[in-house]
Amino acid sequence: MLQREGETRIPAGCAISGFINRSGRRTNGSVIVNSIACMHERSNGLGGGFAGYGIYPEYRDQYAFHVFYDSSESRVKTEAFLDRHFDVVNLSRIPIRKNPRITDEPLIWRYFVNPLPTKLQDSQLDERTFVARCVININDKIDGAYVFSSGKNMGVFKAVGYPEDVGDFYRLEEYSGWAWTVHGRYPTNTPGWWGGAHPFSLLDYTIVHNGEISSYDANRRFIEMFGYKCNLLTDTEVITYIVDYLHRRLGMPLEDVAKVIASPFWSEIESGKFSPEETEKIRHFRNVYSSLLITGPFSIILGYNYGLMALNDRLKLRSMVAAEKGDTIYISSEECSIRTMCPDVDKIWSPRGGEPIIAELDKNCAERVGK
Amino acid sequence: MAVNFNNALFEIVRNPDRCIKCRVCERQCANEVHKYDPEQDKMVANELNCVDCQRCVCLCPTNALKIRPNENQFRMNGNWNMQLMDEVYKQAGSGGVLLSAMGNPQNYPVYWDKILLNASQVTNPPIDPLREPMETKTFLGKKSQKITYDKDGKAHYEKTPYLELDLPIMFSAMSFGSISKNAHESLARAATALGTYYNTGEGGLHRDFYKYGKNTIVQVASGRFGVFKGYLDAGAAVEIKMGQGAKPGIGGHLPGMKVNEEISRTRMIPMGADAISPAPHHDIYSIEDLRQLVNSLKEATNGEKPIIVKIAAVHNVAAIASGIARSGADIIAIDGFRGGTGAAPTRIRDNVGIPIELALASVDSRLRDEGIRNDVSIVAAGSMRSAADVVKAIALGADAVYIATAALLAMGCHLCRSCNTGKCNWGIATQRADLVKRLNPNVAYERLVNLVTAWDHEIKEIMGGMGINSIESLRGNRLMLRGIGLTQKELDILGIMHAGE
Repeated sequence: MLQREGETRIPAGCAISGFINRSGRRTNGSVIVNSIACMHERSNGLGGGFAGYGIYPEYRDQYAFHVFYDSSESRVKTEAFLDRHFDVVNLSRIPIRKNPRITDEPLIWRYFVNPLPTKLQDSQLDERTFVARCVININDKIDGAYVFSSGKNMGVFKAVGYPEDVGDFYRLEEYSGWAWTVHGRYPTNTPGWWGGAHPFSLLDYTIVHNGEISSYDANRRFIEMFGYKCNLLTDTEVITYIVDYLHRRLGMPLEDVAKVIASPFWSEIESGKFSPEETEKIRHFRNVYSSLLITGPFSIILGYNYGLMALNDRLKLRSMVAAEKGDTIYISSEECSIRTMCPDVDKIWSPRGGEPIIAELDKNCAERVGK
Repeated sequence: MAVNFNNALFEIVRNPDRCIKCRVCERQCANEVHKYDPEQDKMVANELNCVDCQRCVCLCPTNALKIRPNENQFRMNGNWNMQLMDEVYKQAGSGGVLLSAMGNPQNYPVYWDKILLNASQVTNPPIDPLREPMETKTFLGKKSQKITYDKDGKAHYEKTPYLELDLPIMFSAMSFGSISKNAHESLARAATALGTYYNTGEGGLHRDFYKYGKNTIVQVASGRFGVFKGYLDAGAAVEIKMGQGAKPGIGGHLPGMKVNEEISRTRMIPMGADAISPAPHHDIYSIEDLRQLVNSLKEATNGEKPIIVKIAAVHNVAAIASGIARSGADIIAIDGFRGGTGAAPTRIRDNVGIPIELALASVDSRLRDEGIRNDVSIVAAGSMRSAADVVKAIALGADAVYIATAALLAMGCHLCRSCNTGKCNWGIATQRADLVKRLNPNVAYERLVNLVTAWDHEIKEIMGGMGINSIESLRGNRLMLRGIGLTQKELDILGIMHAGE
């Protein structure tokens, strides 16, 4: 019998794309759907998904949980768990449109929740860690339930199928966001499970990723020391946890996160191109966070509640193109997909390996929360 | 004349057509095997003394010599093999404990040989180390994760003492006493040239070698030979030797006859006195005592040097390592039962301890399960025979490895396992001046550098094949390993899947 995602490790090739409007101007989901449709050949119909930021302005202060259920039994269990830990402000099925190429859908529910203050206090955790632990708990412990989106004012939509069909299925043209990312998957196996599609997310962090990292087990075994459980055995999952650990838990700025996961080569560090202070810091990173270095080909777009970061592995073993038009930044596996979103960009370039592109909402933008 | 019950282990085959009676073999053999008989005008041999060190074979100018197992055998017996019978005869003759040298040679499983490595195909490109950077630099020490950023975005982090290795291989502890001064010099110079470290072992540091201090790990063992402030200050790290893979649970013994003027001065003991290291450190009877010694050594070195605790791989090694990780030590060195020794009781060497592969895997897993793997680095020792073993050790979870037997081989050792006799014909495990001078440090150091450089190249090739371009992404990456012909229990302990899974 074929093993489901999480029971075996499935390498995959992929297409990714994304954009962000730094002024917080919102665009509906059809633009991002078109951008991935033109890279149809890079997927094989076994997984596609989207992340949209700024899509739930009416519930911007609640955590939005998107959950797949295999059965109503798992839903009952999960809802009991949610009731014990959260104040559920709203719940509903996520609206869908039947698509002939998207089949075998699980039950797909959405909850807007606030952590129960007493529970939160008892846990002695900060709010985001509490929510993250709860999500990891549900995914790890409740059979047949899978929380695939858990941030504020953002949401992940994913399924088994070609990404353009997934966008149609979830009616993404009805959502508007200031940033979108998308992933089309080409797994080398038949995962057949919706939870295994990408983006992978935890809280507001989402990752779309193209590549196959060779450091996987080194990264997994390290990050699992810090309370994470890599249940899906996918690269994207472990990268998300690494970002969560470094960015959220250690408070490292994303520029430094990039220096850990795609660190400069020793030859660069010793070439004197960095200031002495910076050299010292990078040497320190390569010493103490060495198990979080990611090797092997990857191009990723990380989404978070006020921006996007795109990053290539340090050898640039996967294609990735970036472009700019006014206050919008575009990133994609291929230029054609950027041209679909915006035919007349001001600037288009191919970022170097290990060199992050960080595009954030303007400091005074009303959409910007957190930092 | 007393009857000799023992069988000669080896037979010396001399081709009379080739032998020119130059008597090189006679001059080279400290065991006094070869002799010229003027009456017969030919070379004769006392085979009982032969240890098969191959010195005479290597130096015979006409290739006239061959050493092979003695064809004369005791009557075959599935239970009592010849070695056991021989040992009974020896003990019946001497009444003594049997002594042996070098690592456990018995036919136990070698797990390295039952582990296969991975390589990239299609979904992920292999990397060519000749075209792309391939990094093997390694840091050893505690890895404090704490970091804070001030309002200007400047990072503040805790710096802990560490060792920086240009490649993940160090030379393991071999004392001056167990090996010669020339051997020590070769190791010290090779470690310096390679950007790694050698280890003094428990015999102190010869005054001529203080200049290699920044590539030296100084050892503090239960005998505390040669330990004083200047010695601790000289090294880059201090290693507390709690145990040795070849002889877990017992100390060491350097016979007085080897304690010449230089060794006496280096070990700070009288000339001709036996140097006996007790089985335990007499100030460490429990884990909390170890913590005190770790702290004392840190204090003595201003907290600037990492402290290594070396233990033998024994049954409950994971729990012991966990205790050590919480004792303030920066590095744990684990020595497997195949690890070498200059001398050990045979019964101990051949029956005590466990394989490094299993010990390493269970220690690494345990420290991760407890979330304290970052508090210490792990150095694996006790038979790393090739670059492939090193790669497998790192993928199982080691930060670096110690090699010693392989280093001795590079200097000429042929593993005759007779170091305890002090008559090493290769000038390595001896203090006899006429033998020591046979080892030329200028040549030996270069051969050590060659060996380790070659292994480093091979490690890079293997990593490249896996699509990994930095050693840290190999560390603990057990998905790169598969077992072959192992039971489920063995796979579980190693934390790897079976080939084909």
